[in-house]
Amino acid sequence: MFDIEVGSALVMGLILGGVILISAWLIWLERRLLGVWQDRLGPNRVGPLGLGQVIADMFKIFTKEDWVPPFADKLVFMVAPPIIMICILLSFAVIPIAPNVGIIDLNIGLLWILAMASLAAYSVMLGGLASNNKYALLGSLRAAAQMVSYEVFMGISLLGVVMLSGTFNLREIVESQRDGWYILPQFFAFIVFAIASVAESHRLPFDLPEAEQEIVAGFHTEYSGMKFGMFFVGEYIGVLLASALMTVLFFGGWLPPFGIGPEDSIVAGIFWMLLKTMVFVCFFVLMRAAIPRPRYDQLMSYGWLVLLPLSLINLLITGAVILFQGA
Amino acid sequence: MSDTATESVLKQQAEDLSAVVGALYQRFGESAFTLQRTAEGLPTLWLQRQSLLDVLRYLRRDYQPRFEMLLDITAIDERVRVHREGQPEADFTVVYHLISFTGNCDVRLKIALHEHDLNVPSAIPVWPSANWYEREVWDMFGISFDGHPNLRRILCPPTWQGHALRKDHPARATEMEPYSLDDDIQDQEQSALKFRPEEWGMKQQSDSSEFMFLNLGPNHPSVHGVFRIALQLDGEIVVDAIPDIGYHHRGAEKMGERQSWHTYIPYTDRVDYLGGVMNNLPYVMALEQMCGIEVPERVQVIRVMLCEFFRIASHLLFYGTFAQDLGQLSPIFYMFVDREKVFNIIESICGGRMHPSWFRIGGVAQDLPNGWDKRIREFVDTFPARLDEYDRMVMDNSIIRQRTRGIGAYDTEEAFDWGITGPGLRATGFEWDYRKDRPYSGYENFDFDVPIAVNGDCYDRCAVRIEEMRQSTRIIRQCLENMPEGPYKSQHAKTSPPIKEHAKQDIESLIAHFLSVSWGPVVPPGEITTGIEATKGINTYYLVSDGGVGSYRTRIRTPSFAHLQAIPYISNGFMVADLIAIVASIDFVMADVDR
Repeated sequence: MFDIEVGSALVMGLILGGVILISAWLIWLERRLLGVWQDRLGPNRVGPLGLGQVIADMFKIFTKEDWVPPFADKLVFMVAPPIIMICILLSFAVIPIAPNVGIIDLNIGLLWILAMASLAAYSVMLGGLASNNKYALLGSLRAAAQMVSYEVFMGISLLGVVMLSGTFNLREIVESQRDGWYILPQFFAFIVFAIASVAESHRLPFDLPEAEQEIVAGFHTEYSGMKFGMFFVGEYIGVLLASALMTVLFFGGWLPPFGIGPEDSIVAGIFWMLLKTMVFVCFFVLMRAAIPRPRYDQLMSYGWLVLLPLSLINLLITGAVILFQGA
Repeated sequence: MSDTATESVLKQQAEDLSAVVGALYQRFGESAFTLQRTAEGLPTLWLQRQSLLDVLRYLRRDYQPRFEMLLDITAIDERVRVHREGQPEADFTVVYHLISFTGNCDVRLKIALHEHDLNVPSAIPVWPSANWYEREVWDMFGISFDGHPNLRRILCPPTWQGHALRKDHPARATEMEPYSLDDDIQDQEQSALKFRPEEWGMKQQSDSSEFMFLNLGPNHPSVHGVFRIALQLDGEIVVDAIPDIGYHHRGAEKMGERQSWHTYIPYTDRVDYLGGVMNNLPYVMALEQMCGIEVPERVQVIRVMLCEFFRIASHLLFYGTFAQDLGQLSPIFYMFVDREKVFNIIESICGGRMHPSWFRIGGVAQDLPNGWDKRIREFVDTFPARLDEYDRMVMDNSIIRQRTRGIGAYDTEEAFDWGITGPGLRATGFEWDYRKDRPYSGYENFDFDVPIAVNGDCYDRCAVRIEEMRQSTRIIRQCLENMPEGPYKSQHAKTSPPIKEHAKQDIESLIAHFLSVSWGPVVPPGEITTGIEATKGINTYYLVSDGGVGSYRTRIRTPSFAHLQAIPYISNGFMVADLIAIVASIDFVMADVDR
């Protein structure tokens, strides 16, 4: 039962615990990184390097009054935050961490993730609508439009990878990158996917559903305590998921770069997987530090007029090349 | 130094006086007016309210050079004023201050009113900006304006009893009944603040859609203080907007009537609380002119230097929050580093940071400290390069450009309509800067440019301010290199205590010493308006002295008040996100709006 193999209880527990811990710790990482990039310190008081800040924040958020506004739709209001947590956590089930480390080898892994991402959009929409607050309403309207359209580009951009590897199974996609990572043949797909995943996790510059300067806190204006905490941590799990996906799909997952070290060791695999993922996480934070927010209609037209054609052309060319090679 | 300049300005004014007064006499007949002499020589004419609109229209449209802008409307409660020599009988006076930029002259029009008959025709048909000014006069004095579309309180809460700037209205809480807030009153006050679209003539729906009404504020991350904009939204499109101010009203003008001339200086700091000592300047300049105090050269240069430091500090905060409101989170932190350097310099000179209250009537509080120039030199050497870096970060960013170009644009004529001054006016391509066109405090001796832009949109308003920071740095460098030696205050009897040795020797000097310490200066009766180019536009102080130790009436014309009024005009039809960009580009401070 305590073997290291896909789907064993030990691995499942470790992944679930690891994902939640790392996501919570990402809050600290983001604040410290932003501090570095913005000429200030960031949280550095609780514990060494301020690492205990997350624990203190958790205490605070757990002990806060769990308030439901009297004018809200109570049931939906309470159901909405867990949806985003659950959907994104479920997505991690198909992420291959290292050889033999993962929760399930689903042959439709990629589709599973896209499906879960679609469901997560409900959380944001329902949360906003149930709040019965005008700012929340504006936020969830923006979220609905943004997430639904960027899912389209996200899906299309991934098809190139699927065509090259011939499978939806993420573990097999990693295996098929032994000869070369997909970042080279699928560079444009990577760009589209990276942008779309920022939009999916609604972080700056695409944080329109919660644009503080415009609509206060958007869809989670009325949320506090642990319900807010779930949206908050959900966002960071989303960042982790998007970074892990970029690693798995375009950067060879657990495979070492340039053949450094052993290829199929579990420890080395976990190390490379984590390292690559963290690089993308830092990239997410850097974007937040650097880029201003486009307007709602600019965001939409950028998606439909730039990203959609780009991903379609990428798909066409990939198909043509495969056809040509096959012939 | 400035003698010749001041003289030429005065001479110019005297010519304009005859020009505009002569033209008005010729057009409307001499009997229609009463001419009043004032301390600064500004042409002041009393007229009948029946002819007000004709005169305003004539001055704005037909008279050459035309008076483009209605700078201010205010009122004076004349009922307990003693020194009114040569002025028509009046219980209340409504005062209109018009300014001509092309002719570089002003005119002040006054209407005498009697207690039982307090109404004047509204000037909105000539200048839309009259709207808020008239509401303010109604709120503060109970004078009504015929034809005003929505004459309701603007600064005081809607439930307020009485009119605060009347002389019989108490000035402090201890003169009133103790205040208590029980549940009933609280409910009443809250429901009075509820936004009711019908009161503003707004429809609940159009043919195709139902509107949403959204309270943006009084507490909202992007309104920079306590300011409410009630929005009529069609989806995310702003159909109409009603700015609601007054949440920051502290009765600064009423306090002016209670404090002595001298002790009011710290209050001025807090009007535009980002402008610091720059707020002191028009106030002390007005008093100096009324008392005939000549300010030493060193004082003028010190004042200019500190004002320009505060301009930089204020513009830096604007620049950072502008980027932040557009979603760019980092620039403000870098700019706060520079702002901190500015405040360190200010602190080492004045002892205070944001509100040093450091200018005095006739001088400044202390001389510059030893070694004052080191930090300043370091700052002027490094700051322009930092600004270039920010340009690359913010102004060259394509998303910022997309968000701000063509958004919230108005042209020069619209700026005149709405009383928009300062960088907001210069962004439309109209070059007029108080420092250049009516130099005060020795600005004529400095070499600097007045930056302008073309389109008058959000981007241009920001660009003008950035260039102003560069020019301010130039001015500071010149101050640094040419700081004159000499006293830091004038030895005028009204402002400085007598020389200690004299006070020890003869009784007259001792009495003078005693009076100037206990009362402060006694200012001769008269009226004066002094303006400066403040951080946000034209800031004027209109002081009425009745020959006492304090002001009879203190009127503070602030630029932000007029700018906020234009928000609906320039933002209707845009999206909520654009409205945020527009609000961010205006650069207002609520304390400056509400006073």
